[in-house]
Amino acid sequence: MTAIGEHAPTFALPDTDGTMHEPGGAPATVVVFTCNHCPYALAWHERIVAVAHDYSDRAVRVLAINPTDAERYPRDSAEAMRARVQQGEFDGVPYLRDESQDVARAYDAETTPDVFVLDADGLLRYRGAPDADYEDPAQNAAFLRDALDAVLEGREPDPAQTPPVGCSIKWRP
Amino acid sequence: MRVELLFWADCPSHPKALADLRAAMAELGLDPNEVIVREVHTDADAEQEHFVGSPTIRIDGVDVQPPNGEPLGLTCRVYHRRDGRISPTPDPADVRDALATAQTATTERE
Repeated sequence: MTAIGEHAPTFALPDTDGTMHEPGGAPATVVVFTCNHCPYALAWHERIVAVAHDYSDRAVRVLAINPTDAERYPRDSAEAMRARVQQGEFDGVPYLRDESQDVARAYDAETTPDVFVLDADGLLRYRGAPDADYEDPAQNAAFLRDALDAVLEGREPDPAQTPPVGCSIKWRP
Repeated sequence: MRVELLFWADCPSHPKALADLRAAMAELGLDPNEVIVREVHTDADAEQEHFVGSPTIRIDGVDVQPPNGEPLGLTCRVYHRRDGRISPTPDPADVRDALATAQTATTERE
């Protein structure tokens, strides 16, 4: 498991059009493990997309990764991912497929969602939930926004870690 | 009245759903301890129980938010609150209304 302050695993994963994406090349990168079938991921989704929109002028990148075993959970198939992108649900956020689940395992991701913030050097600066309450849109992804503000200002996020909350990642048997 | 909560342990939603359900029962003068809580362990169990996700609350066999084509299986269930928000648990108002409807039907039968 990558500790706060250590280099986060790098990766190259395809989005729903087949374009490959890697973390980095930005003052901060958000890597969020998510999926289509989980109510927690769906409840937080708009708040995470809003972060991507609100921090785009500071060149922050947000990458959403779906690691779910789509064989057991067909709502997370490549086609279903593409449909959500085409419906405009991922505006400004590449939706990447982690077919092998290697990236989720490398990050030791536990739930959907599980949020990781990397700084410009690829060091892990925050890991956990987007905010304190999936039920309350007014929380506005406060943990994530505070972490990004800290990274962009050269400070240590506080908290740097919160417990991820959501559906367990559906690993292949 | 038979009040059941079915859950899958890998999904973290059922404690809140059970608390909401018990609160609604207490509000309506029903005994919150009469909830039958049952765990769904396997895909085969899910098929047998017609279980579309955790948690599922049934009152006299009727789902408080009847499934709308969701596949059977072990997963967290997606609910829609009355204000349109997506949630892992049913809207407490839906639970309360379902209990009240069943309570009225029971009274009329008696």
